[in-house]
Amino acid sequence: MHPEHPEPHPEHPEPHEHGPDEVPHTHPDPGVDPHAPLTGGPRALRIGIGGPVGSGKTALVAALCRTLGEQLRLAVVTNDIYTTEDADFLLRNGVLPAERIRAVETGCCPHTAIRDDISANLDAVEDLEASLGPLDLVLVESGGDNLTATFSKGLIDQQIFVVDVSGGDKVPRKGGPGVTTADLLVINKTDLAPLVGADLSVMDRDARARRHELPTVFLSLAEDKAATPVAEWIRGLVAARAAGTPG
Amino acid sequence: MSLATLLLLADGRLPSGGHAHSSGLEAQVSAGRVRSVEDLDGFLRGKLATGALVSAAFAAAACGDVARCADLDAGLDARTPSPALRRASRAQGRALLRAGRAMWPVAAIGREPHQPVALGALAAAAGLSPAETAVAAAHGAITGPAGAAVRLLGLDPYAVHALLARLAPECDRIAELAAKRSGDPVDDLPAAGAPLLDIGAEHHATWEVRLFAS
Repeated sequence: MHPEHPEPHPEHPEPHEHGPDEVPHTHPDPGVDPHAPLTGGPRALRIGIGGPVGSGKTALVAALCRTLGEQLRLAVVTNDIYTTEDADFLLRNGVLPAERIRAVETGCCPHTAIRDDISANLDAVEDLEASLGPLDLVLVESGGDNLTATFSKGLIDQQIFVVDVSGGDKVPRKGGPGVTTADLLVINKTDLAPLVGADLSVMDRDARARRHELPTVFLSLAEDKAATPVAEWIRGLVAARAAGTPG
Repeated sequence: MSLATLLLLADGRLPSGGHAHSSGLEAQVSAGRVRSVEDLDGFLRGKLATGALVSAAFAAAACGDVARCADLDAGLDARTPSPALRRASRAQGRALLRAGRAMWPVAAIGREPHQPVALGALAAAAGLSPAETAVAAAHGAITGPAGAAVRLLGLDPYAVHALLARLAPECDRIAELAAKRSGDPVDDLPAAGAPLLDIGAEHHATWEVRLFAS
């Protein structure tokens, strides 16, 4: 019996040794994975992180990796528009080992890869879980897109939408699916508000009006390198999932 | 057969991962070989005569006899000298299987088959014929890069679709040719290749900045 195969092999039911000089052998169907895909069992909580170009998605992911990486079994999928720059950023900053980061290429259409045809992202998430073993959390970072880009519920459980104050304090009022429907809205770079003349109270008021009960947090990664409010929100979801209550 | 089912399988909106691939076009655009609708005409005619014919024959063969899938898969490996293109084909096969399994009871043919093999297995599960499968394969082999050309070069989408309409009879002819040969032994199936696309794919895979996965 083999530890990975609890059923006895039909032709060799008894324990036996392979001779040291045996000719190396392969599977009967080279190139074909003989294992059934992983099914059932608890899979990781999947959180999508979207938002316009330059709003700080990758910096937020890096901060979350630093804050949560010690406590949670964590992996990241990035969706760059045309390079592996975001994945490289995470690697360069050493926030996660390389085997915990996958980059998905999106053929000019970052929103397609997270919403209409999520296959490459699902493959990446499943490959991470298959190679690393059970995970608590997978962060899927979208390529920088526009205010209409949201994740498919077939890909993620919860989504964060990141905007920044330098995009103008009217962004929450403009709404759009990201601002309106994301499970968490992050208004980032609040340290820049005085420099760009953005009124945070206006953004707060408009976000409440657009989002009703859904939470919004203000963040300055320059001042809070741990992304504390976002990390707290994620910890709550992971805990709820572990307790078996819907996140 | 169901015509609506065939249209589903051939629809570019099928979530099967194809949107991230240019079928080798991005490398040729970068090399300056494809700049206009006229250039794209040549590229797609070449595609029909080579990759589309092979894909259509293998998809039709897999549809005709799903038990041949493993042999057909090995046959496509032998016809795909570029490792980058093999990876691209298998990634698209895996994605297509994911979509197909949600739609029909697809036979177990491995986790990451070549795309034409996956297409044939899906078509068989959907109750389509080898001839119809060949049309879907040939159609996909030219509409994919045509869509990529619109995105890469900013070509007039009406001009590109006018080109696809002009190519439709040739696409039908290639599919018919492929379907006729789909019962042949694997080694006798079409093996037309495009060396420049193989070389381009290997260069493309090393680029730091690219828009498409292949």
